[in-house]
Amino acid sequence: MGQALQRAAQWTSAKDGCGGKLEFTPINEDLLNSILKFVETVGKSPEESQLVFKNPLRWHTSLNPSQFQGAGFTDSGDDVVSDKKSPKDDQPLFLMHKLAKDTYEISVQTLGYGEQVLRAAGDKKIVELRSCLEANRDPVVFLLGERFATVETDDNSIFRYIEEITKEIEQNAKQSADGSNSAEIEEKKIVLRLRLKLLRLDEQLMNLSIQKMSSEVRLSPPTVDGEVSILQQLSGDDEERCVVEYIDYYGETFVSKNGCRAQPWRQLHGDICYLCVRVHDNDNPLYITANTSGYYLNNGPVNDKANHLDYGRPDSNTYRDLVSLLKSKSAKFSELIDKQEFALKVEQNDKKKIEMSENRDHEESEQKHSNEHHTRNEKDQQMEKDKNQKNRTQNKKKLEPSLKWKALDIEENILQKEQDTSVTKTEKKSKTVQRLKSKTPIDAEDSFSESDTESEEEEEAVERRAEANADLPSEYWQIQKLVKYLKGGNQTATIIALCSLRDFNLALETCQLAIRDVGGLEVLINLLDTEEVKCKIGALKILREISCNSQIRRAIADLGGLQTMVKILRDSNKELKCLAAETIANVAKFRRARRTVRQHGGIKRLVSLLDCAQIRNNKPDSALVTTDKPDTEKDVEVARCGALALWSCSKSKKNKEAMRKAGSIPLLAKLLKSTNEDMLIPVVGTLQECASEPSYRLAIRTEGMIEDLVQNLKSSNQELQMHCASAIFKCAEEKETRDLVRKFGGLDPLVTLLSNVENKELLAAATGAIWKCAISPENVQRFEELKAIDQLVTLLNNQPEEVLVNVVGALGELAKAPPNRMQIRKSGGIPYLVNLLTGTNQALLVNVTRAVGKCAEEPDNMIIIDKLDGVRLLWSLLKNQNTDVQASAAWAICPCIENAKDAGEMVRSFVGGLELIVSLLKSDDKEVLASVCAAIANIAKDEENLAVITDHGVVPMLAKLTNTTDDKLRRHLAEAIARCCNWGNNRTAFGREGAVAPLVKYLKSSDENVHRSTARALYQLSKNPENCITMHEAGVVQPLMKMVGSPDEDLQEAAAGCIGNIRRLALANERAKYA
Amino acid sequence: MATSQRKSQEQFIQNLTKKSKNGTCLPCRFSPPEIASLLNMFQQLCGSNSKLDRSSFRDVLMTRFKITDDFIMDRVFRAFDTDNDGYLKAEEWICGLSIFLKGRMEDRIRYCFCVYDLNGDGYISREEMFHMLKRCLVKQSTEEDPDEGVKELVEIVLKKLDIDHDGKCSVKDFRTAVESDSLLLESLGQCLPCDTLLEDFMQLIHGKLTTKNF
Repeated sequence: MGQALQRAAQWTSAKDGCGGKLEFTPINEDLLNSILKFVETVGKSPEESQLVFKNPLRWHTSLNPSQFQGAGFTDSGDDVVSDKKSPKDDQPLFLMHKLAKDTYEISVQTLGYGEQVLRAAGDKKIVELRSCLEANRDPVVFLLGERFATVETDDNSIFRYIEEITKEIEQNAKQSADGSNSAEIEEKKIVLRLRLKLLRLDEQLMNLSIQKMSSEVRLSPPTVDGEVSILQQLSGDDEERCVVEYIDYYGETFVSKNGCRAQPWRQLHGDICYLCVRVHDNDNPLYITANTSGYYLNNGPVNDKANHLDYGRPDSNTYRDLVSLLKSKSAKFSELIDKQEFALKVEQNDKKKIEMSENRDHEESEQKHSNEHHTRNEKDQQMEKDKNQKNRTQNKKKLEPSLKWKALDIEENILQKEQDTSVTKTEKKSKTVQRLKSKTPIDAEDSFSESDTESEEEEEAVERRAEANADLPSEYWQIQKLVKYLKGGNQTATIIALCSLRDFNLALETCQLAIRDVGGLEVLINLLDTEEVKCKIGALKILREISCNSQIRRAIADLGGLQTMVKILRDSNKELKCLAAETIANVAKFRRARRTVRQHGGIKRLVSLLDCAQIRNNKPDSALVTTDKPDTEKDVEVARCGALALWSCSKSKKNKEAMRKAGSIPLLAKLLKSTNEDMLIPVVGTLQECASEPSYRLAIRTEGMIEDLVQNLKSSNQELQMHCASAIFKCAEEKETRDLVRKFGGLDPLVTLLSNVENKELLAAATGAIWKCAISPENVQRFEELKAIDQLVTLLNNQPEEVLVNVVGALGELAKAPPNRMQIRKSGGIPYLVNLLTGTNQALLVNVTRAVGKCAEEPDNMIIIDKLDGVRLLWSLLKNQNTDVQASAAWAICPCIENAKDAGEMVRSFVGGLELIVSLLKSDDKEVLASVCAAIANIAKDEENLAVITDHGVVPMLAKLTNTTDDKLRRHLAEAIARCCNWGNNRTAFGREGAVAPLVKYLKSSDENVHRSTARALYQLSKNPENCITMHEAGVVQPLMKMVGSPDEDLQEAAAGCIGNIRRLALANERAKYA
Repeated sequence: MATSQRKSQEQFIQNLTKKSKNGTCLPCRFSPPEIASLLNMFQQLCGSNSKLDRSSFRDVLMTRFKITDDFIMDRVFRAFDTDNDGYLKAEEWICGLSIFLKGRMEDRIRYCFCVYDLNGDGYISREEMFHMLKRCLVKQSTEEDPDEGVKELVEIVLKKLDIDHDGKCSVKDFRTAVESDSLLLESLGQCLPCDTLLEDFMQLIHGKLTTKNF
């Protein structure tokens, strides 16, 4: 123990002349605990505990004599002594000597008594042991004598001691009679044993402290800088990809020569620098000290003094590296860092996918509108131009929200309106877009591409109070007075004030802001924390009303109101629960609030509210009346409010996940059976919001909710119908769901909804549902019977884009069936469709091109399309930046070329068209490549065009693509190669460009279509002898032989032709050899 | 328990339920076993007397129902003590508690009105309101007239309660006001215990809770 105490234990530097003290560090704690354990075990063993020390251990104790009363101890004056005396000098083995009043000194001569002292000390054991060790720096000397003192050099005292003992034993054996001598030897043996035990303890202690110390590798400025800079690269607002929101050095930016950033006087304490880290799940930043001993938290900046840190530590935890500190402080951080999927900041580029009308970014499309509008109206009047100018600047501001912009709220609103009207002049549609946007309670935009748009919604929360001060309305003063009573009254006064506050029209913004401005929000939120149910109810009733205002919402969230309301959700009072849930529903309209609700466990509680309706029906004291509503009715109300809150919360992806985990799905399914519209709307609203997640779609199908959704389509409430339709819209991505919709007769009401021309939201949802349902051929048939096409075609005119996208999508799907193509023509849809090709909405363009393409498969339709110059429009869409539009346009071009009369001539007439399409072969998008290959295959049917595209270098470009593994691309690529072989020396060129060998590999694909086109390509290529050799070397014969036996005649023929060519070459070779 | 005692208890319960049905006393909505349990409690409270005096009742209000305001406690006692003899009889005790524990909205409206109507003339006047509310506000020494705040408060509450605008609040006014906003029930002072305490008390009656103070 001596070595460990001297080396490992951390002593404070000697002060005041009396030896050092043991520092209060974890290492010392551990050492003391081990020693304590040792004393307690050895002190109980009979022999060692009785061994009398060479010198007594003395120390100042915090104990007093009263703790040593009873058997074995006697009082002698001020002292307490033990009955047992030392055999050597007749001193008592235990002595407690009074030095002064309340200060005693203990001296102990055996371990047994030592153990007793510790026992008497109880939970102050450690203190006692500490002072003992502090007084006796080398206790072994006292215990066993000077000879065992801890020395710096090799310690061989023990060997000498063993020799001594053995010698004495030998001597003893010689003069065996002497009894006293043997007792001495016996004692020495005990000493030896104790010494060995102590040595073992010493070893243990050393090991322990080495372990401890090795964990405290010292930090250096470069390592700190390294860690910080890595984390900086991984920081950002994106909750998915960035591990921390923000990390930087705190304080002065001066860097000392030694790399430290801390002030010189702090460097003396070992501080390297200070960090400020903001993690995702904590709004308060963490302030961290990087010390040479490790990272630890400090108390952060001192109030109202810039760059002044409180260097104290809130806890004593020190971490070896920054990551482990953050891991322990932030659950979110550790989750993210474990995922390891985060990308470096530099690489972040947001690719926006545009597939359906839903993921369209309103903001962007609006801007497009106005931009286009600028170009078109350039020649218009000066006034118009001015407006455009305003619009433009305003749009720019939208892109980079700044403080200045924030102050412009009212002005902006006016501008917005102006923009609306100006746009309406040129494009009537976009007005409805605007209206739709502002009216829809749930903006569809954040359900899909949430990370992009969510942050933007409601960011317009604006501070404006100062300028309004001039003439405050009378309500302001009245409200101020009432709030005064709220603050300074007891429960009764509070209730009166709350009741009369509600007499104001709380829907008015002036009143809402007045409550906030006079500090009423704080009071109301504080009231929620009290025990008074009535006050809470009154406060919540007001909060529920005023939280319709987005500024109030933010203020409530800032004041921590959400946390309290989440707590209230667990209250037993149902009215309270309802109100809290409804208020949460209002407040959780922006992202941060939703996150707060989730992080405080609100989702789980809200989900459990949904359960109310079933469980508590037969509660015994239901007669406890506050209002006279029956209990079940109240339960239903609770569930409704819960659904309402979940609806708001379900706009965040993580909340959807949390809801699913909390078991919301079966509960929603149960509530969906309700007949109450007030209940159904939030429930269906939540479902349709969540249906963007595949897991929910599956659950909606398997829990049998489709039937209920279909049932509610027939409701008379348009809002409900709208949510049902849009839930079906989202769910019908899956085939099974589409079948279910048909099975439950959902297609009929969907078509009926088309007659609701006025309600655009409903129309958009219904057409969307039809679109998705029409993906199944069986459904198409039913739609045919219901004459959906005619109705859809009428909707092609004069509708907002939301509706148009879905209508056109539906027509595109329906046009897969040949009779429907005819029907579209008959009802006059084709001119509309072609006209829409001039639009700018990319989602719309994708659908329109698809629909036009499908229609073009009918030669009669093609005539009309050709007449309207539709192919040229399609062709020009190849220039669109969006790859989806490009691909869709290229696919649509294929049937056009196939079915147009004089297709070759038509294609040639497009100036630069062929060059354009060939250049698209450089695209990175597989779908674009496949579609362009298909188009080229069709173009190449015309020899002249083939010549032109050959000149544009189509052959090497196609050859370069041959290494692909994508079956769709392979199929069309092989087709294109087959067709392109028919010109000049293209066959040789393909061979030269190395296209042949990869093609042979295609034969191993599992796709029959790939085989067919590949065989065709190989057949064409095999007309060149060089290619035959390459093919043969690549082992083409074997798979082709198999394909000769295929049931597909095309494939058969091509394969056989190819083998024939190879064979002919071989024969010719042989002939040449023998000739 | 002696049989005679049990019999008299049964007799009492029967009488009480009959009376409450006739409307000759305040409505009692307890079930017979609950009444029995309350009777036992009552006997424990009053010891040898068969009546409960004001101070022991105030103890119950304080410890069980946390109604601590002196003035309100007095008023509650008066509302319970329907025959105005300064003592609570078993019947009064049970019927009063019935309002606390099982009272319908109508019962409670009557009871609260009775508490607030200090002179018992069927109207709550401005003066009565002032009397009820004068301890509501934290006195601010800076104000010139300390009562001004209370006066304002009275006006506010009168505006809410005085439906027919005659300057005072009748039972009818009170009922209409409370029906439109249930929070107004205790708008002149808390005279009903809160729900959690009531639930505890119900459990006490049902013997599910240990009787510590009784």
